[in-house]
Amino acid sequence: MRELDSAVITAQVAEMCQEANIVLGQDVVEALTRALEMEESPTGKAVLSQLLENIDIARREEIPLCQDTGFAVFFVEWGQEVLLKGDTLEEAINEGVRRGYTQGYLRKSIVEDPLRRVNTGDNTPAVIHMRMIPGDKVKITFAPKGGGSENMSAVKMLKPADGEQGVVDFVVGQVKAAGPNPCPPIVVGVGIGGTFDQVAVLAKKALLRPLGRSHPDPYYAELEKKILARINDLGIGPQGFGGRVTALAVHIETFPSHIASLAAAVNINCHASRHLERII
Amino acid sequence: MEIKRLQAPLTDEDVRQLKAGDNVLIDGVIYTARDAAHKKLVELMEKGEPLPLDLKGQIIYYVGPTPARPGQVIGSAGPTTSGRMDPYTPQMLAHGMKACIGKGSRSEKVVEALKEYKGVYLAAVGGAGALLSKRITRCEPVAYPELGAEAIYRLEVKDFPAVVINDIYGNDLYREGAQAYARGDETGEVGK
Repeated sequence: MRELDSAVITAQVAEMCQEANIVLGQDVVEALTRALEMEESPTGKAVLSQLLENIDIARREEIPLCQDTGFAVFFVEWGQEVLLKGDTLEEAINEGVRRGYTQGYLRKSIVEDPLRRVNTGDNTPAVIHMRMIPGDKVKITFAPKGGGSENMSAVKMLKPADGEQGVVDFVVGQVKAAGPNPCPPIVVGVGIGGTFDQVAVLAKKALLRPLGRSHPDPYYAELEKKILARINDLGIGPQGFGGRVTALAVHIETFPSHIASLAAAVNINCHASRHLERII
Repeated sequence: MEIKRLQAPLTDEDVRQLKAGDNVLIDGVIYTARDAAHKKLVELMEKGEPLPLDLKGQIIYYVGPTPARPGQVIGSAGPTTSGRMDPYTPQMLAHGMKACIGKGSRSEKVVEALKEYKGVYLAAVGGAGALLSKRITRCEPVAYPELGAEAIYRLEVKDFPAVVINDIYGNDLYREGAQAYARGDETGEVGK
Protein backbone atom coordinates (compact mmCIF):
# COMPACT_ATOMS: atom_id res chain seq x y z
CA MET A 1 0.00 0.00 0.00
CA ARG A 2 1.15 3.54 -0.77
CA GLU A 3 0.22 6.06 1.92
CA LEU A 4 -0.92 9.51 0.83
CA ASP A 5 -1.37 12.43 3.23
CA SER A 6 -4.62 14.33 2.65
CA ALA A 7 -2.66 17.61 2.96
CA VAL A 8 -1.00 16.80 -0.39
CA ILE A 9 -4.40 16.62 -2.05
CA THR A 10 -5.54 19.86 -0.41
CA ALA A 11 -2.42 21.71 -1.61
CA GLN A 12 -2.74 20.36 -5.16
CA VAL A 13 -6.44 21.22 -5.34
CA ALA A 14 -5.80 24.78 -4.12
CA GLU A 15 -3.25 25.27 -6.91
CA MET A 16 -5.49 23.69 -9.54
CA CYS A 17 -8.41 26.00 -8.67
CA GLN A 18 -6.25 29.05 -9.35
CA GLU A 19 -4.47 27.74 -12.43
CA ALA A 20 -7.58 26.46 -14.22
CA ASN A 21 -9.40 29.76 -13.79
CA ILE A 22 -6.50 31.88 -15.09
CA VAL A 23 -4.65 29.80 -17.70
CA LEU A 24 -6.74 28.30 -20.49
CA GLY A 25 -5.48 25.05 -22.01
CA GLN A 26 -3.56 25.13 -25.28
CA ASP A 27 -6.21 22.87 -26.86
CA VAL A 28 -8.83 25.62 -26.39
CA VAL A 29 -6.47 28.36 -27.64
CA GLU A 30 -5.86 26.32 -30.81
CA ALA A 31 -9.58 25.67 -31.31
CA LEU A 32 -10.36 29.39 -30.99
CA THR A 33 -7.55 30.25 -33.41
CA ARG A 34 -9.01 27.79 -35.97
CA ALA A 35 -12.46 29.29 -35.34
CA LEU A 36 -11.12 32.77 -36.14
CA GLU A 37 -9.88 31.48 -39.52
CA MET A 38 -13.24 29.83 -40.28
CA GLU A 39 -15.53 32.64 -39.16
CA GLU A 40 -17.04 34.81 -41.91
CA SER A 41 -19.02 37.33 -39.87
CA PRO A 42 -17.01 40.51 -39.11
CA THR A 43 -18.65 40.86 -35.68
CA GLY A 44 -18.04 37.14 -35.05
CA LYS A 45 -14.36 37.60 -35.92
CA ALA A 46 -14.16 40.59 -33.57
CA VAL A 47 -15.60 38.44 -30.75
CA LEU A 48 -13.08 35.64 -31.34
CA SER A 49 -10.21 38.15 -31.39
CA GLN A 50 -11.42 39.55 -28.07
CA LEU A 51 -11.54 36.05 -26.59
CA LEU A 52 -7.97 35.31 -27.70
CA GLU A 53 -6.79 38.66 -26.31
CA ASN A 54 -8.68 37.88 -23.09
CA ILE A 55 -6.71 34.64 -22.70
CA ASP A 56 -3.41 36.58 -22.98
CA ILE A 57 -4.45 39.28 -20.52
CA ALA A 58 -5.71 36.70 -18.02
CA ARG A 59 -2.44 34.78 -18.06
CA ARG A 60 -0.18 37.83 -18.06
CA GLU A 61 -1.96 39.72 -15.28
CA GLU A 62 -3.35 36.78 -13.31
CA ILE A 63 -6.96 37.87 -13.76
CA PRO A 64 -9.57 35.09 -14.01
CA LEU A 65 -10.64 34.45 -17.62
CA CYS A 66 -14.27 34.90 -16.63
CA GLN A 67 -15.88 36.41 -13.54
CA ASP A 68 -17.87 33.20 -13.15
CA THR A 69 -15.15 31.01 -11.70
CA GLY A 70 -17.69 28.26 -11.42
CA PHE A 71 -18.90 25.37 -9.35
CA ALA A 72 -15.81 23.32 -8.45
CA VAL A 73 -16.34 19.97 -10.18
CA PHE A 74 -13.84 17.13 -9.67
CA PHE A 75 -13.40 13.72 -11.25
CA VAL A 76 -11.14 11.56 -9.10
CA GLU A 77 -9.65 8.25 -10.22
CA TRP A 78 -8.27 6.59 -7.13
CA GLY A 79 -5.73 3.79 -7.43
CA GLN A 80 -6.89 1.10 -5.05
CA GLU A 81 -3.36 0.56 -3.71
CA VAL A 82 -3.39 4.09 -2.24
CA LEU A 83 -4.30 4.54 1.44
CA LEU A 84 -5.47 8.03 2.40
CA LYS A 85 -4.18 9.35 5.77
CA GLY A 86 -5.57 12.39 7.59
CA ASP A 87 -8.83 13.99 6.42
CA THR A 88 -11.42 12.25 4.28
CA LEU A 89 -11.10 12.82 0.54
CA GLU A 90 -14.15 15.06 0.58
CA GLU A 91 -12.74 17.24 3.38
CA ALA A 92 -9.33 17.39 1.68
CA ILE A 93 -10.82 18.56 -1.62
CA ASN A 94 -13.17 21.06 -0.01
CA GLU A 95 -10.32 22.57 2.01
CA GLY A 96 -8.34 22.91 -1.23
CA VAL A 97 -11.27 24.68 -2.89
CA ARG A 98 -11.66 26.97 0.13
CA ARG A 99 -7.98 27.97 -0.01
CA GLY A 100 -7.77 28.18 -3.79
CA TYR A 101 -10.84 30.39 -4.20
CA THR A 102 -9.97 32.65 -1.26
CA GLN A 103 -6.22 33.05 -1.87
CA GLY A 104 -6.70 33.22 -5.64
CA TYR A 105 -9.24 36.10 -5.56
CA LEU A 106 -11.80 33.90 -7.33
CA ARG A 107 -15.55 34.54 -7.08
CA LYS A 108 -17.54 32.63 -4.50
CA SER A 109 -20.61 31.52 -6.42
CA ILE A 110 -22.16 28.81 -4.22
CA VAL A 111 -25.21 29.24 -1.94
CA GLU A 112 -25.62 26.70 0.85
CA ASP A 113 -29.28 25.97 0.15
CA PRO A 114 -30.87 26.04 -3.31
CA LEU A 115 -34.04 27.81 -2.13
CA ARG A 116 -32.92 29.87 0.86
CA ARG A 117 -29.77 31.00 -0.96
CA VAL A 118 -27.12 32.21 1.49
CA ASN A 119 -23.60 32.23 0.03
CA THR A 120 -21.19 29.76 1.67
CA GLY A 121 -18.48 32.40 1.31
CA ASP A 122 -15.70 30.08 0.13
CA ASN A 123 -17.13 28.36 -2.97
CA THR A 124 -17.53 25.02 -1.17
CA PRO A 125 -18.77 22.37 -1.36
CA ALA A 126 -17.26 20.85 -4.48
CA VAL A 127 -19.06 18.32 -6.70
CA ILE A 128 -16.95 15.13 -6.63
CA HIS A 129 -17.22 12.14 -8.95
CA MET A 130 -15.14 9.23 -7.73
CA ARG A 131 -13.99 6.01 -9.34
CA MET A 132 -11.61 3.30 -8.10
CA ILE A 133 -8.96 2.13 -10.57
CA PRO A 134 -6.05 -0.34 -10.40
CA GLY A 135 -2.62 0.93 -9.35
CA ASP A 136 -1.03 3.29 -6.82
CA LYS A 137 -1.70 6.67 -8.43
CA VAL A 138 -4.46 9.22 -7.97
CA LYS A 139 -5.67 11.26 -10.93
CA ILE A 140 -7.59 14.44 -10.13
CA THR A 141 -9.36 16.35 -12.88
CA PHE A 142 -10.77 19.77 -12.04
CA ALA A 143 -13.33 21.46 -14.26
CA PRO A 144 -14.87 24.65 -12.83
CA LYS A 145 -18.34 25.06 -14.39
CA GLY A 146 -20.01 28.39 -15.03
CA GLY A 147 -23.73 28.85 -14.42
CA GLY A 148 -24.67 30.47 -17.73
CA SER A 149 -23.84 27.43 -19.84
CA GLU A 150 -24.81 24.86 -17.19
CA ASN A 151 -28.34 26.32 -17.17
CA MET A 152 -28.73 25.48 -20.86
CA SER A 153 -28.13 21.74 -20.32
CA ALA A 154 -30.75 18.94 -20.30
CA VAL A 155 -31.47 15.23 -19.91
CA LYS A 156 -34.04 13.39 -22.04
CA MET A 157 -35.25 9.80 -21.88
CA LEU A 158 -35.71 8.95 -25.57
CA LYS A 159 -37.33 5.81 -26.95
CA PRO A 160 -34.97 3.21 -28.43
CA ALA A 161 -36.87 3.70 -31.72
CA ASP A 162 -35.76 7.36 -31.78
CA GLY A 163 -32.25 6.05 -32.43
CA GLU A 164 -29.36 8.15 -33.70
CA GLN A 165 -31.65 10.70 -35.33
CA GLY A 166 -33.50 11.23 -32.05
CA VAL A 167 -30.25 11.96 -30.24
CA VAL A 168 -29.04 14.34 -32.95
CA ASP A 169 -32.34 16.27 -32.99
CA PHE A 170 -32.37 16.52 -29.19
CA VAL A 171 -28.81 17.88 -29.02
CA VAL A 172 -29.23 20.34 -31.91
CA GLY A 173 -32.61 21.49 -30.54
CA GLN A 174 -31.08 22.15 -27.13
CA VAL A 175 -28.25 24.23 -28.62
CA LYS A 176 -30.73 26.15 -30.77
CA ALA A 177 -32.95 26.92 -27.78
CA ALA A 178 -29.90 28.06 -25.78
CA GLY A 179 -29.03 30.55 -28.55
CA PRO A 180 -26.68 33.25 -27.26
CA ASN A 181 -27.07 32.43 -23.54
CA PRO A 182 -24.22 29.93 -22.95
CA CYS A 183 -21.56 32.28 -24.46
CA PRO A 184 -20.88 30.61 -27.83
CA PRO A 185 -18.70 29.31 -29.36
CA ILE A 186 -19.59 26.45 -27.04
CA VAL A 187 -18.30 22.96 -26.36
CA VAL A 188 -21.08 20.38 -26.33
CA GLY A 189 -20.83 17.33 -24.07
CA VAL A 190 -23.24 14.55 -25.00
CA GLY A 191 -24.02 11.47 -22.89
CA ILE A 192 -25.84 8.51 -24.48
CA GLY A 193 -26.97 5.38 -22.65
CA GLY A 194 -27.00 4.20 -19.04
CA THR A 195 -29.58 5.42 -16.54
CA PHE A 196 -31.16 8.82 -15.93
CA ASP A 197 -28.59 9.80 -13.30
CA GLN A 198 -25.59 8.36 -15.11
CA VAL A 199 -26.18 9.91 -18.52
CA ALA A 200 -25.78 13.44 -17.11
CA VAL A 201 -22.39 12.49 -15.65
CA LEU A 202 -21.38 11.05 -19.03
CA ALA A 203 -22.21 14.38 -20.69
CA LYS A 204 -20.13 16.26 -18.12
CA LYS A 205 -17.26 13.80 -18.51
CA ALA A 206 -17.36 14.35 -22.27
CA LEU A 207 -16.40 17.98 -21.63
CA LEU A 208 -13.11 16.88 -20.06
CA ARG A 209 -11.72 15.48 -23.30
CA PRO A 210 -9.13 17.81 -24.87
CA LEU A 211 -10.50 19.71 -27.89
CA GLY A 212 -9.33 18.41 -31.25
CA ARG A 213 -9.48 14.75 -30.17
CA SER A 214 -12.31 12.65 -31.64
CA HIS A 215 -14.08 9.68 -30.08
CA PRO A 216 -11.91 6.54 -30.44
CA ASP A 217 -14.81 4.59 -32.03
CA PRO A 218 -15.09 5.69 -35.71
CA TYR A 219 -18.91 5.46 -35.57
CA TYR A 220 -19.08 7.98 -32.72
CA ALA A 221 -16.29 10.12 -34.20
CA GLU A 222 -18.47 10.45 -37.32
CA LEU A 223 -21.56 11.21 -35.21
CA GLU A 224 -19.64 13.96 -33.38
CA LYS A 225 -18.73 15.52 -36.74
CA LYS A 226 -22.29 15.28 -37.99
CA ILE A 227 -23.79 16.96 -34.91
CA LEU A 228 -21.09 19.67 -35.00
CA ALA A 229 -21.89 20.45 -38.65
CA ARG A 230 -25.62 20.73 -37.90
CA ILE A 231 -24.96 22.99 -34.89
CA ASN A 232 -22.73 25.26 -36.95
CA ASP A 233 -25.46 25.46 -39.62
CA LEU A 234 -27.70 27.12 -37.01
CA GLY A 235 -25.90 30.41 -37.70
CA ILE A 236 -25.93 31.46 -34.01
CA GLY A 237 -22.22 32.31 -34.22
CA PRO A 238 -19.81 33.73 -31.65
CA GLN A 239 -21.84 35.19 -28.74
CA GLY A 240 -25.02 34.66 -30.76
CA PHE A 241 -24.28 37.69 -32.98
CA GLY A 242 -24.62 35.51 -36.10
CA GLY A 243 -21.83 33.53 -37.75
CA ARG A 244 -20.35 30.23 -38.80
CA VAL A 245 -18.84 29.07 -35.52
CA THR A 246 -21.45 28.24 -32.88
CA ALA A 247 -19.59 25.27 -31.37
CA LEU A 248 -15.89 24.43 -31.21
CA ALA A 249 -16.50 20.72 -30.64
CA VAL A 250 -19.04 18.00 -29.85
CA HIS A 251 -17.84 15.21 -27.56
CA ILE A 252 -19.83 12.03 -26.98
CA GLU A 253 -19.50 9.55 -24.10
CA THR A 254 -21.58 6.38 -24.02
CA PHE A 255 -22.56 3.53 -21.69
CA PRO A 256 -24.52 0.32 -22.31
CA SER A 257 -28.28 0.82 -22.26
CA HIS A 258 -31.35 -0.96 -20.85
CA ILE A 259 -33.39 -2.68 -23.60
CA ALA A 260 -36.30 -0.32 -22.90
CA SER A 261 -34.31 2.93 -22.70
CA LEU A 262 -32.29 5.43 -24.69
CA ALA A 263 -31.08 8.05 -22.23
CA ALA A 264 -29.47 11.18 -23.66
CA ALA A 265 -27.95 14.24 -22.01
CA VAL A 266 -26.41 17.42 -23.27
CA ASN A 267 -24.10 19.47 -21.08
CA ILE A 268 -23.10 22.77 -22.63
CA ASN A 269 -19.84 24.51 -21.82
CA CYS A 270 -18.85 28.03 -22.81
CA HIS A 271 -15.73 28.67 -24.92
CA ALA A 272 -13.70 28.91 -21.69
CA SER A 273 -13.57 25.13 -21.52
CA ARG A 274 -11.55 24.97 -18.32
CA HIS A 275 -10.21 21.59 -17.32
CA LEU A 276 -6.98 20.58 -15.63
CA GLU A 277 -5.50 17.21 -14.66
CA ARG A 278 -2.92 16.20 -12.08
CA ILE A 279 -1.57 12.78 -11.27
CA ILE A 280 -0.37 12.34 -7.71
CA MET B 1 -15.85 47.43 -39.26
CA GLU B 2 -17.38 50.75 -38.19
CA ILE B 3 -17.34 51.50 -34.47
CA LYS B 4 -19.56 54.12 -32.84
CA ARG B 5 -18.36 55.97 -29.74
CA LEU B 6 -20.71 56.60 -26.84
CA GLN B 7 -20.30 58.93 -23.86
CA ALA B 8 -22.17 57.68 -20.77
CA PRO B 9 -24.65 58.66 -19.40
CA LEU B 10 -26.63 58.71 -22.65
CA THR B 11 -29.07 61.15 -24.24
CA ASP B 12 -32.19 60.29 -26.24
CA GLU B 13 -30.28 61.37 -29.35
CA ASP B 14 -27.47 58.87 -28.60
CA VAL B 15 -30.01 56.07 -28.35
CA ARG B 16 -31.90 57.07 -31.51
CA GLN B 17 -28.79 56.67 -33.68
CA LEU B 18 -28.06 53.12 -32.46
CA LYS B 19 -29.12 50.12 -34.56
CA ALA B 20 -29.00 46.41 -33.78
CA GLY B 21 -25.60 45.07 -34.89
CA ASP B 22 -23.69 48.30 -34.23
CA ASN B 23 -20.33 47.89 -32.51
CA VAL B 24 -19.79 50.57 -29.86
CA LEU B 25 -17.04 51.73 -27.51
CA ILE B 26 -18.27 53.39 -24.33
CA ASP B 27 -16.49 56.09 -22.29
CA GLY B 28 -17.77 57.64 -19.09
CA VAL B 29 -19.69 56.50 -16.03
CA ILE B 30 -21.85 53.36 -15.82
CA TYR B 31 -23.36 51.46 -12.88
CA THR B 32 -23.43 47.76 -12.04
CA ALA B 33 -26.45 45.79 -10.82
CA ARG B 34 -27.44 42.11 -10.79
CA ASP B 35 -30.63 40.34 -9.66
CA ALA B 36 -30.36 41.14 -5.96
CA ALA B 37 -29.74 44.87 -6.49
CA HIS B 38 -32.53 45.07 -9.10
CA LYS B 39 -34.94 43.53 -6.62
CA LYS B 40 -34.08 46.17 -4.02
CA LEU B 41 -34.32 49.06 -6.52
CA VAL B 42 -37.71 47.93 -7.80
CA GLU B 43 -39.01 47.52 -4.23
CA LEU B 44 -38.06 51.16 -3.58
CA MET B 45 -39.79 52.25 -6.83
CA GLU B 46 -42.96 50.44 -5.83
CA LYS B 47 -42.97 52.13 -2.43
CA GLY B 48 -42.27 55.48 -4.09
CA GLU B 49 -39.07 55.92 -2.09
CA PRO B 50 -35.87 57.61 -3.38
CA LEU B 51 -33.29 55.44 -5.16
CA PRO B 52 -29.59 55.33 -4.18
CA LEU B 53 -28.73 56.56 -7.71
CA ASP B 54 -30.43 58.73 -10.36
CA LEU B 55 -31.20 56.37 -13.25
CA LYS B 56 -31.79 59.13 -15.81
CA GLY B 57 -29.70 58.42 -18.93
CA GLN B 58 -27.73 55.71 -17.16
CA ILE B 59 -26.20 52.53 -18.53
CA ILE B 60 -26.57 49.56 -16.15
CA TYR B 61 -24.00 46.77 -16.50
CA TYR B 62 -25.05 43.28 -15.37
CA VAL B 63 -21.84 42.06 -13.74
CA GLY B 64 -20.65 40.32 -10.59
CA PRO B 65 -16.86 40.65 -10.71
CA THR B 66 -14.25 38.49 -9.01
CA PRO B 67 -12.54 40.19 -6.03
CA ALA B 68 -9.78 42.64 -7.08
CA ARG B 69 -6.22 41.67 -6.23
CA PRO B 70 -4.26 44.36 -4.34
CA GLY B 71 -3.40 47.08 -6.88
CA GLN B 72 -6.15 46.17 -9.33
CA VAL B 73 -9.17 48.42 -9.99
CA ILE B 74 -11.54 45.46 -10.29
CA GLY B 75 -11.32 41.71 -10.85
CA SER B 76 -12.56 39.80 -13.89
CA ALA B 77 -15.67 41.67 -14.99
CA GLY B 78 -17.59 40.17 -17.92
CA PRO B 79 -21.37 40.29 -18.43
CA THR B 80 -23.79 37.88 -16.77
CA THR B 81 -26.98 36.40 -18.30
CA SER B 82 -29.46 39.24 -18.78
CA GLY B 83 -32.64 37.15 -18.74
CA ARG B 84 -32.56 37.06 -14.94
CA MET B 85 -33.09 40.83 -14.91
CA ASP B 86 -36.09 40.68 -17.29
CA PRO B 87 -38.78 40.99 -14.58
CA TYR B 88 -37.24 44.28 -13.37
CA THR B 89 -36.09 45.89 -16.62
CA PRO B 90 -39.34 47.62 -17.73
CA GLN B 91 -39.49 49.49 -14.40
CA MET B 92 -35.81 50.44 -14.65
CA LEU B 93 -36.51 51.89 -18.12
CA ALA B 94 -39.59 53.73 -16.81
CA HIS B 95 -37.30 55.38 -14.24
CA GLY B 96 -34.92 56.72 -16.88
CA MET B 97 -32.39 53.95 -17.57
CA LYS B 98 -31.29 54.31 -21.23
CA ALA B 99 -29.24 51.15 -21.77
CA CYS B 100 -28.24 47.91 -20.14
CA ILE B 101 -25.28 45.67 -20.89
CA GLY B 102 -25.35 41.90 -20.42
CA LYS B 103 -25.43 38.77 -22.52
CA GLY B 104 -28.19 36.54 -23.87
CA SER B 105 -31.79 36.94 -24.99
CA ARG B 106 -34.42 39.22 -23.44
CA SER B 107 -38.15 38.63 -22.98
CA GLU B 108 -40.83 40.07 -25.28
CA LYS B 109 -41.82 42.42 -22.45
CA VAL B 110 -38.29 43.85 -22.25
CA VAL B 111 -38.09 44.29 -26.03
CA GLU B 112 -41.44 46.15 -25.96
CA ALA B 113 -40.32 48.29 -23.01
CA LEU B 114 -37.12 49.24 -24.87
CA LYS B 115 -39.27 50.55 -27.73
CA GLU B 116 -41.72 52.32 -25.42
CA TYR B 117 -39.14 54.05 -23.20
CA LYS B 118 -36.49 54.52 -25.92
CA GLY B 119 -33.78 52.33 -24.48
CA VAL B 120 -31.25 49.90 -25.96
CA TYR B 121 -29.93 46.52 -24.91
CA LEU B 122 -26.23 45.94 -25.47
CA ALA B 123 -24.15 42.78 -25.15
CA ALA B 124 -20.53 42.61 -24.06
CA VAL B 125 -18.52 39.47 -24.83
CA GLY B 126 -19.35 36.83 -22.23
CA GLY B 127 -16.18 35.22 -20.96
CA ALA B 128 -13.95 38.18 -21.82
CA GLY B 129 -13.84 39.24 -18.15
CA ALA B 130 -10.09 39.83 -17.99
CA LEU B 131 -10.09 42.03 -21.12
CA LEU B 132 -13.16 43.99 -19.99
CA SER B 133 -11.64 44.59 -16.55
CA LYS B 134 -8.83 46.54 -18.24
CA ARG B 135 -11.38 48.97 -19.73
CA ILE B 136 -12.63 49.90 -16.25
CA THR B 137 -10.51 52.66 -14.80
CA ARG B 138 -12.31 53.26 -11.51
CA CYS B 139 -14.73 51.31 -9.31
CA GLU B 140 -16.55 52.63 -6.23
CA PRO B 141 -19.39 51.09 -4.21
CA VAL B 142 -22.63 53.09 -4.34
CA ALA B 143 -25.21 50.97 -2.52
CA TYR B 144 -25.88 47.61 -0.85
CA PRO B 145 -22.26 46.71 0.05
CA GLU B 146 -23.70 43.75 2.00
CA LEU B 147 -24.39 42.10 -1.38
CA GLY B 148 -20.64 41.76 -2.07
CA ALA B 149 -20.06 41.07 -5.77
CA GLU B 150 -23.76 41.86 -6.32
CA ALA B 151 -23.62 45.38 -4.80
CA ILE B 152 -24.14 48.48 -6.98
CA TYR B 153 -20.84 49.97 -8.11
CA ARG B 154 -20.10 53.16 -10.04
CA LEU B 155 -17.62 52.36 -12.80
CA GLU B 156 -15.59 54.72 -14.93
CA VAL B 157 -14.96 53.08 -18.29
CA LYS B 158 -12.73 53.85 -21.27
CA ASP B 159 -13.16 52.13 -24.67
CA PHE B 160 -15.57 49.59 -23.20
CA PRO B 161 -16.64 47.36 -26.14
CA ALA B 162 -20.26 46.27 -26.69
CA VAL B 163 -22.65 45.35 -29.49
CA VAL B 164 -26.24 46.62 -29.89
CA ILE B 165 -28.69 43.69 -29.65
CA ASN B 166 -32.11 45.39 -29.35
CA ASP B 167 -32.62 48.95 -30.59
CA ILE B 168 -35.63 51.26 -30.19
CA TYR B 169 -36.92 50.23 -33.64
CA GLY B 170 -37.67 46.61 -32.68
CA ASN B 171 -34.63 45.03 -34.37
CA ASP B 172 -32.94 42.08 -32.66
CA LEU B 173 -29.38 41.08 -33.57
CA TYR B 174 -29.72 37.59 -32.03
CA ARG B 175 -32.63 36.82 -34.35
CA GLU B 176 -31.34 38.59 -37.45
CA GLY B 177 -27.70 37.51 -37.05
CA ALA B 178 -28.59 33.83 -36.80
CA GLN B 179 -31.00 34.09 -39.76
CA ALA B 180 -28.30 35.69 -41.90
CA TYR B 181 -25.86 32.82 -41.29
CA ALA B 182 -28.20 29.81 -40.97
CA ARG B 183 -27.81 27.11 -43.64
CA GLY B 184 -29.96 24.25 -44.90
CA ASP B 185 -32.90 23.36 -42.66
CA GLU B 186 -31.53 25.20 -39.65
CA THR B 187 -33.57 28.37 -40.01
CA GLY B 188 -36.16 30.04 -37.84
CA GLU B 189 -36.28 31.46 -34.33
CA VAL B 190 -33.22 31.08 -32.17
CA GLY B 191 -32.82 31.68 -28.47
CA LYS B 192 -36.45 32.42 -27.64
